This record gives sequence, structure tokens and C-alpha cells, in this order.
Amino acid sequence: MIAHLPILPLIIPMIGGLLMLLPPFIGPEKYQLRRAGSLVLILMQIACSIWLISSVMQDGAIMYAVGDWQPPFGIILYADHLSAMLVALTSFLGLGVVLYSFAGTDSLGKYFHPLIHFQLLGIYGAFLTNDLFNLFVFFEVLLIASYALLVHGGGKQRTAASVHYVILNLVGSSLFLIALGTLYGTTGTLNIADMSQRIGQLPESQAIIAQVGGSLLLIVFGLKAAMLPLHFWLPRTYAEATAPVAALFAIMTKVGVYCIFRVYTVIFGEQSGELADMIVAWVWPLAILTIAVGTIGVLASPSLRMLTGNLVLVSIGTLLIAFSLRTPEATAAGLLYLIHSTLITGALFLIADMIGKQRGKAVDRFVIARKINQQTVLGIMFFVAAMVVAGLPPFSGFLGKLVVLQSAGGTEHVSWVWAAILISSLITIVALSRAGTTLFWRHAPVREESDESDASVWQISGALVLLVASPLIALFGNSFVQYTNEAAAHLHDIPYLLEMMNLAGDAK
Amino acid sequence: METLYVICVGVLTFCGVFLCLRGRTFSVVVGLTMLSYAVNLFLFSSGRLNLDGAAILGMADKYADPLPQALVLTAIVIGFAMIAFVVILSIRARADLGNDLVDGREPPDTPKLVKPRGGKS
Repeated sequence: MIAHLPILPLIIPMIGGLLMLLPPFIGPEKYQLRRAGSLVLILMQIACSIWLISSVMQDGAIMYAVGDWQPPFGIILYADHLSAMLVALTSFLGLGVVLYSFAGTDSLGKYFHPLIHFQLLGIYGAFLTNDLFNLFVFFEVLLIASYALLVHGGGKQRTAASVHYVILNLVGSSLFLIALGTLYGTTGTLNIADMSQRIGQLPESQAIIAQVGGSLLLIVFGLKAAMLPLHFWLPRTYAEATAPVAALFAIMTKVGVYCIFRVYTVIFGEQSGELADMIVAWVWPLAILTIAVGTIGVLASPSLRMLTGNLVLVSIGTLLIAFSLRTPEATAAGLLYLIHSTLITGALFLIADMIGKQRGKAVDRFVIARKINQQTVLGIMFFVAAMVVAGLPPFSGFLGKLVVLQSAGGTEHVSWVWAAILISSLITIVALSRAGTTLFWRHAPVREESDESDASVWQISGALVLLVASPLIALFGNSFVQYTNEAAAHLHDIPYLLEMMNLAGDAK
Repeated sequence: METLYVICVGVLTFCGVFLCLRGRTFSVVVGLTMLSYAVNLFLFSSGRLNLDGAAILGMADKYADPLPQALVLTAIVIGFAMIAFVVILSIRARADLGNDLVDGREPPDTPKLVKPRGGKS
């Protein structure tokens, strides 16, 4: 059983999602059964991912050859510290999303729960695979589920946003395939570990073609990650999706960032000769600009969900900075920040939705509107979330930003990094305090009792699950830092990866 | 053969990109289809172009790389499903938004651009 552990996170949502399309679960009156099934599935995934983490921590990375076709020929799943951590993060985010959707979002359409699990399947797959073409396939799995989830609930604005999203991503998939073709044509392999060996041995005429392929891949991953200038789709798409879907999408941009980390550390890393770190010169300015544009967006946002969408952009910029420092310490800092930012942006989307539901027609726009029913509960949650996302102590945002700043210390870019991150944090605080003031304190005089119902227990618990993680990360900061350090060390340790794949000494 | 192949892929990609940049969903969908054809052909050529090669070792003197063939097969299936989805989504957008523009509304400067010449005055 333990030998098959890496494939379990893929099997559970796949089989479970398929079963939920079959008779005992279909039909409008069976929604309770669907909810129970979905909850059981997500709990199984969490258990499985924790098991994966603990076995990775004990025995090191696990290599799983699907169908026992050995590398470099077969499709390889590879669970190291980084993959296991991200799988756990995704399943945890999934729990918050599923809980929140019980309040009614899931009954807007028949297939919400199966789609959520297919989406999770695609994300786990993208994190676990060690084969570039397989990565493409899992990208498509997560994309097709996200297309369907985005239009979930219907509505004019949502359809318009999803047309853009779908077309952009289809073009992105075409570029992905072209990049794969180029890389396969030059290196003759699709296995990431094997490719990292061969890329350094290419003759110059081939190396330049491989460089083109590698740069195309950056465009694809940049589109997924919403790196400037490929970010225009993000704020609108995230603002239009239903709240649980938007919260789940918080991990999707991180899939792009993860791919940038993995591919450009392992394949185009230090060992790749002429092509070593070829994209870093590009990512540097783009990361700073992404933060700048995201911060301006935060200030200019007319609604809380749009603001959260722009906060996602800021977090992507920060992660890209951590990437382009190219040291294991910076990578570790980035990973810690990644955990924190995914959970908190997810939580903010959920909180924005709860606030919006109680403000009548004003929804979550920053205008004067009726008073919110549950001022205390929602107010405290918003306040905590704002402190976390702005990076104030004692929460995880502070820890995350601190380690990123520390890892930049002593490098040549230190002034740029510190300026970008600190100024954007300050502006985020300003924008969030303005948002909070308008949403909670500036309301029209109460004339009649509002007819909106309170946020249900499910909604509050879903958002709380994501929110509570933040103080926990800060509380157990030491073990988190240790774990991410180890993950980063393994990511940068390419000989270890080759040894795991039995490819060491295979070099021609 | 290589020249012909390259020209085919190039022309298809060019037409695909051009059509994707158009403002109405119909041409965008046709553009995406062409782009996916071009991509499939390109992917197929990544194993080098071979005539009369068997895909199995030891069956012929020359052999063709079987992996790109498998990749293309996967890419065709996925591409086909995605195109089917985007067709349905465009029809839905046509119904929801009342027009077939990608942005869902006329660009603000349309009247100036398409103003009929030689009408009155």
C-alpha cells in the first residue's frame, strides 16, 4: 500500500468524482447525499496528503512509476517535500471550499461537487507529476473543470468573464504544446529529471532551439500564474466566479508559480550549461512590476472581491521575487509565503461573499449601503484577514514577508525587493482599512429590518477553517520554516533527484 | 517534404493567430481550431519526419519515433474536447449577452470606425 501512496491523491478524487455522477447521488432531492459524499472525499484526501507528508518526511522522496514503466520512458509521479506540501495545502483549501459551498452555492447547479473533485484531481496531478507532457494533461484536467466551475451559477457577467478566460487558456495550451514539441525535438525526452541532464549537453545549434522552447514555457506558466503582462484576465475572472470557486482558484495561480519553480530550477538550473538561469533576467523586472500593478489595482478596486483579486497579483509578484533570487533560502521563503497567501486570499474571497450577501444591492462594492446584520462576527473575521494579508504581526503574513525580505538581504537587488514589498504592504494596509471602514461603519440610517438571512454555520466554518490556519502557521512557525527549508533544499538538489529516478551515471 | 510541412504549419499558425485576434467569437473559435491543427502537426514533427519507418524496433531498417504519435493522439483528443466546449460557451454567450462579440459589448469607438460613407450630406 505504501508503495502506491503517491497515486492515491489522484485516485480518490477521480473515482469519487465519477461515482458522484452515478445514480445514488444524482437528482435534485439528493443534494444532502452529495454533500456527505463530497465531505467524506475531501476528508479522505486530507488524510491521504498528511500520510504522504509524514512518509516523505521519514523516508525521503517517493518515486512512483505508473504501470511500472521505469524512467526515463514511463510516466513518473514524484512526491518530494514540495509536492507533498502543496498537495496537502490544496486539500486543506478544498475542505474550506466544500464546507462553504454547503450553504447553497452547490445547489445552483447539479454537478458542483463532482467538478470540485475533478479540479482538485488536476491540481494534485500537476503538483505530483514529473513528466512534462503529463503536466500538460493535468493542466487540461484542471482547466476544463475550472471552465465549468466558472460558469457555475450562470449570469451575464460570469459568461462574459469566462469567454475571455477560456479563450486565453486555449491559446496558452497551444503554446504549451509547441514548447513541449520543441523541447522533445531537441532533448528527446519528456521526463523532467532526464531533460535536466540532457539539456546541458546539447550542441549550440540545438541549445538555442531548446531556449526558445523554455521561453515559450515561461509564457504558458506566466499566463497561469498571472505574471505581468499576462495578468489582465485575473481580477475580473476571480471577481465574477462564485465565492467558493474563487477561493479554490486561489491555488490555480500557484500551480503556475510551482511550475516556474520546478521547471526552471530542475531543467534550466545551474547544471544546464549555457541555458542556466536564462529566464531570471526576465522574471526580475516582471516580478517587481507585477507587485506594482497589483498594488495600484488594490488601491483602485471598487469592490472587495476585485481588491482580493489584486491581492492575488501582489502575492504572485512576491513569489516571483523569491524565485528570481535563485537560492535555496529564497525558495524556502517563497514556499512559506505561498502557503500563507493561498489560504488567506481564499478566506478573503469567502468573507467578501458573506459581507456582500448582507448589504442588499450594494453587494461588496465600497459604497454606503445598509448595515450588515452580523457586524461583530464578520467584522472580526475581516479584521483578522486584513491583518494577515497585509503582513502585520502576529500572524503568518508577517512571518511570510519577513522570511522573503531576509532572504533578499545581502543580494544586489536588496533595495528593489525591500522597497517593492514594503511599499506594497503599506498601500495594502491603507486600502484595506478604507475598505473596512466603508463596509462596516459607513452605513445608511436603519429604516427597516433587512430581510437578508445571516451567514450560515457552514459559511462561517468554511471561512474559519482557512482563517485559523494563519495563526497556526505563525504559532508553529519553526516547524513550517524547517519543512520549507527542507523542501527547497530537495528542489535544488538535482543529483538527489537523478538518483531517485535511477538516472544517475546515465549521462552520455 | 520538410519545406512543404513547414509552410503548412506556418500558414495554419498565422491564420489561427490572426483569427484569434478578431472581435467576434465565431472567428475566434475557427482561429483556435486552426491553431490546434497547427500545433498537432508541429508536435508530430518533433520526432523528425520519416518516410516508410516502422514504429517498432527491429521491424524495419528505418524506424519512426512512436512517442510523438502518442502525444499527438492525446493532444488531438484534448484539443477536440476543448474546442467543443468553447463552441458551446460561445453559443451560451450569444444567448446571454445578446451579441457575438468576445467582449460582450461593442467597443466604444465602433461608430466612428464603421460609419457608412456617402450617406446623407
